Amino acid sequence: MKLLLGGILLAAGFAGFPLVTARNDLLNLGIQIFLAVALAQSWNLLGGYAGQITLGHAAFFGLGALVTRTLWVGGAPLSVALAAGALVATAFGVLIGGPAFRLRGAYFAIGTLGLAEILRITVGNLMPEISTIPVTALASYDLVPRYYLTLALAMFSVAVVAVLVRSRVGLGMQAVREDEAAAEASGVGAFRHKLLALVLSTALAGLAGGAFAYYHVSYYPQHAFSPAWTFDAVLIAFIGGVGTVHGPVLGALFYVIAKEVLAVQLVEVHLLIFGVLFLLVVLLLPGGLVEAWSRARRLITRNS
Amino acid sequence: MILTQQLILGVLVGGLYGLAAAGLSLTFGVLRVLNVAHGELLMLGGYGTFWLFALWQIDPFLSLLGVGPALFVLGLVLYWMLFQFVVKAHEEARIKNSLLIGFGLTLVFHTLAIRLWTADERAVTTDYAGAVVKIGVFTVPLVRLSSLVLAFAILTALHLFLAKARWGRAIRATAEDWEAAALMGIPVGRTYLLAFALGTALAGIAGGLVSVSYSISPSIGIEWTLKALIVVVLAGLGSLFGSFAGGILLGLAEATSVVFLGGPYREVVGLVLFLIVLLVRPQGLFGDRG
Repeated sequence: MKLLLGGILLAAGFAGFPLVTARNDLLNLGIQIFLAVALAQSWNLLGGYAGQITLGHAAFFGLGALVTRTLWVGGAPLSVALAAGALVATAFGVLIGGPAFRLRGAYFAIGTLGLAEILRITVGNLMPEISTIPVTALASYDLVPRYYLTLALAMFSVAVVAVLVRSRVGLGMQAVREDEAAAEASGVGAFRHKLLALVLSTALAGLAGGAFAYYHVSYYPQHAFSPAWTFDAVLIAFIGGVGTVHGPVLGALFYVIAKEVLAVQLVEVHLLIFGVLFLLVVLLLPGGLVEAWSRARRLITRNS
Repeated sequence: MILTQQLILGVLVGGLYGLAAAGLSLTFGVLRVLNVAHGELLMLGGYGTFWLFALWQIDPFLSLLGVGPALFVLGLVLYWMLFQFVVKAHEEARIKNSLLIGFGLTLVFHTLAIRLWTADERAVTTDYAGAVVKIGVFTVPLVRLSSLVLAFAILTALHLFLAKARWGRAIRATAEDWEAAALMGIPVGRTYLLAFALGTALAGIAGGLVSVSYSISPSIGIEWTLKALIVVVLAGLGSLFGSFAGGILLGLAEATSVVFLGGPYREVVGLVLFLIVLLVRPQGLFGDRG
């Protein structure tokens, strides 16, 4: 309940933000945080709740970006372009996940890793030119609608996960994560639940990619497929607290702001710090910031 | 004519794919952990060879005698710091945690390499770098041929070690069934440590050979991890020579694609092959278990 209230307050604060300031750098920072929330939440749904680790989430983000950008620049309405992007990302997800989920172990993770690289290289070969939005659209380019679109997407992704985890299907996913055989024995179809998590997760990642394509004035199409997006999603989910609803939100705030602060001083060094932090979280604190917070609180209440 | 020449080069690079994959296959097969930072370890080995040559003009083939053991020690440290905690978990969690740890290591080593040595491409250029062996109308670069022979020799030595030596047999027994091995008095923890360090050393030696025949940069890590994964998926687990054959097969497939599709799709062919095998025959073309 407290968390819900906190979430609403946070969202309202962010929603009111452009009314107070028109500083572009702050709006850009907000957009980056929202994209990070959506992408990390998408990874969290599949990796955190359903227990299926992808090491190629950039593939779905990139596909969403590619399709949305192509259609939108081509003149299609933004909503249609975004939906098409999500659809294509999901189709590719099912293409890999369908067969890979029938096998156990690392097949899904390395399958997605391979898919992401294939797409990155192929897109780089076919579309070596930088993609820039048309001059007519450039004249009317405004950050505020981008800000609200990405904010809405971030809120949507959090809402999807929040509703899902309390639902029967969401509980089924977590059962599959904990013990596939036991879940099957209790009548929870493992394959069905994994596939549903995959569909939702890739659709969210595709939407995030689409929002990215709508936001950026110019970028190389290949960039949206860069492994950096996978790194972002995984680091944020884990540092915030994987398998929790609010973990990715905390993680995204912490990650994007720390990245911004560190990047001013030392180029690239933030990746080193976050990489080490990530290893520590995986080994020592599997609940991330969320768990660190609740542990600290327990410590304080016990002492008082 | 062009095809044959390309195929020869394909076999030569394939030997290195095989060597890189053998290390990954060893750790995967024995510890049941998948270290996706394998390519980064290879990259570190490559830099070791490169700096020994650039700073003190040590012959790259000679420096492998230092780089191999150095990476072996790095493997010991990585196992002690990270992977020993991973292998305590049961099968499913073990794989997942190892993927995450390897993923984190990838990021750390990659960023570290850029900070320390910049993102520039580097290669070891010895004074015999241009030497070739002529076979009829075809030319075979001497350095690459030596690398292939050396890769085969190292795998043969490792095969003999695994087949005959006391610790080698302990590694195979542990790979077969670690619980039974533990009951027979094999120190499973130390066997894991040894297998992991050997896998790391193999990556380092492969990296050294890559820096002589090709080039290295901080970003080659993910490429080589994928190559090794492709070969492991093609070949299946459990056989060093299977890895070697799988590596050469990948080299040949790439060479064929260069001739018919052009250079840019070289990397894609291997990956497509990889996805197909993954989906159709996950136990590998030569392997008998998954």
